[in-house]
Amino acid sequence: MVTMKAEARGKVLIIRLTGELDHYYSEQVKEFTEQQIEANQTQHLIWNLSGLPFMDSSGLGVILGRYRQVNEMGGSVTVCGLNTQVKRLFQLSGLFKIMYVDQTEQEALNRLEESSCKTR
Amino acid sequence: MQNTMTISFNALGENEAFSRVAVASFAAKLNPTVDDLAELKTAVSEAVTNAIIHGYDSNPAGIVYISATIEDGEIDVVIRDEGRGIGDIEQAKEPLFTTKPDMERAGMGFTIMEHFTDLLEIESSTSSGTIVRFKKQLAGKRANCVK
Repeated sequence: MVTMKAEARGKVLIIRLTGELDHYYSEQVKEFTEQQIEANQTQHLIWNLSGLPFMDSSGLGVILGRYRQVNEMGGSVTVCGLNTQVKRLFQLSGLFKIMYVDQTEQEALNRLEESSCKTR
Repeated sequence: MQNTMTISFNALGENEAFSRVAVASFAAKLNPTVDDLAELKTAVSEAVTNAIIHGYDSNPAGIVYISATIEDGEIDVVIRDEGRGIGDIEQAKEPLFTTKPDMERAGMGFTIMEHFTDLLEIESSTSSGTIVRFKKQLAGKRANCVK
């Protein structure tokens, strides 16, 4: 089972997932996140996966799909809180080349805050 | 001594978690590392997902068969479906290749199975379905880590 929580902070949307993300739950996560991005006019998306002990390539598909969604609007995607297994999936698929990775949600928020200060 | 188990279940997404947990529970007697067990679960999940969404086109009437054998610290897993089969196995194994981009498939299933297991074999026929077989050494690796 997967539980999903969203928190919007201005243009930044944080999605926190807990449980095991496989094909069965990927559609729910896709719909939930897609709606949250639209409702909050999200520019930058942070996936907090620290409560996710397991994910397979279905999860990669959802995360890649949302990358395309925010990338079209000039936004970025950050993943944080990855365990060893999830980190290896990202490495194998090359997603680290197009997304940011941070240890914690706070680090991700700090980095986004710093980059928005520089461009101001 | 050899120890074997078999399970079969309908091609329902909700059975994916059951199938990987069942194989992991069977493998637990080999006292695998947490990382090895996670890799085994991932490989099972990828193969079962392929059987459901590609083999049976998400038709829950299809049956997925799993058998697993443990011998000499190694698990040998066979995941079989009687679905539509894979036309071109080499193409299917290419990273990022998918026949279902509309479903947001990453096209990484076989790549992940190859990296997370010690040996991967795929047999497929468009008339009889697909057999995915992989082996993974689980026992006896812990001793190497002791300093």
